[in-house]
Amino acid sequence: MNNKMLASVLIAIVVLIIAVPLITMKGADFEGSDGAGSEAVEDIVEGYEPWATPVLELLIGGELPGEMESLMFCIQTGIGVGIIAYSFGYLAARKKFSPIPEAKQA
Amino acid sequence: MSFSMKEKKAVAIVAAIAITLLIQPTANAMHIMEGYLPLGYCIAWSAASAPFLVAGIIKIRKLISEKASLLIILAMSGAFVFVISSLKIPSLTGSCSHMTGTGLAAILFGPFEATALGFIVLVFQAILLAHGGLTSLGANTFSMGIAGPVFTWLLYAMLKKARAPRKTNIFIAASLGDLFTYIVTAMQLALAYPSESGGVMASFVKFLGVFAPTQVPLAVVEGILTVLIIMGLESFASAELEEAAL
Repeated sequence: MNNKMLASVLIAIVVLIIAVPLITMKGADFEGSDGAGSEAVEDIVEGYEPWATPVLELLIGGELPGEMESLMFCIQTGIGVGIIAYSFGYLAARKKFSPIPEAKQA
Repeated sequence: MSFSMKEKKAVAIVAAIAITLLIQPTANAMHIMEGYLPLGYCIAWSAASAPFLVAGIIKIRKLISEKASLLIILAMSGAFVFVISSLKIPSLTGSCSHMTGTGLAAILFGPFEATALGFIVLVFQAILLAHGGLTSLGANTFSMGIAGPVFTWLLYAMLKKARAPRKTNIFIAASLGDLFTYIVTAMQLALAYPSESGGVMASFVKFLGVFAPTQVPLAVVEGILTVLIIMGLESFASAELEEAAL
């Protein structure tokens, strides 16, 4: 299997893994993050009260609204994707315009 | 067009994973949340993480001065953690969780560099996203930035010695490292909250039941994404990969 085919198959598997639960688990709310681990703690230690509050929640005096949380997560993704895309662009151009094919850059 | 043996196998494996996971009830989590780890444990895990973090910073500084050409793939490894740990992926348990992304840095550079990169992301999330927490930063750094990467790194080295095909090796090392991160998180919570009846082990099983089923398919995704990005690097940055002694 060549690289392009392998990459396509792998991407398809990733999409499948993500899409299947969404389609098969009708009505599931795919609740994010924070809940379950903390709930399990409260299960074991009855009436557990967290002893610290996230700085951001102190700052805005409450929980971060869902949409704002999405925004922050998007910023995080965006920073990462930006750096990766820039780097791959740089590397691809370097390969393309390099006088000697596969020049050793080191 | 028909499937080759390899492709058939790949489909069969994914299907098997999917089916085994259909049975689980909801539950999930990612990092230990702010205020959910007793102070003593916060300090202990921070102390345990500190040497790794310092070693990571020293190694990165050395990298910058001695092997500056590798900076670009180090930046990409860091960015990979940013992307991967920001994506909440739905799982067959009906809840969602995210991946760690630190396996890539562990494979390309080593566990210490991965600690430093993971730490940056955890600070970002703890402060700006109220996700994870500053008090649990040490514990989360230990699970996502140390335990997972060390596991990935060791596994990768072992499989490399055993002459496993590189892509298979990367997939196995990265996905099991992701899973191991959550096993360690479960252990951290269990140590802090032993159940009254069954002690630490009973709690461990309980927390593991919360994390593991959601995380298994995500670990597969993390393994695949790590393979994909290294495939990309193989085509465009083979010189750097050679220098990083992959």
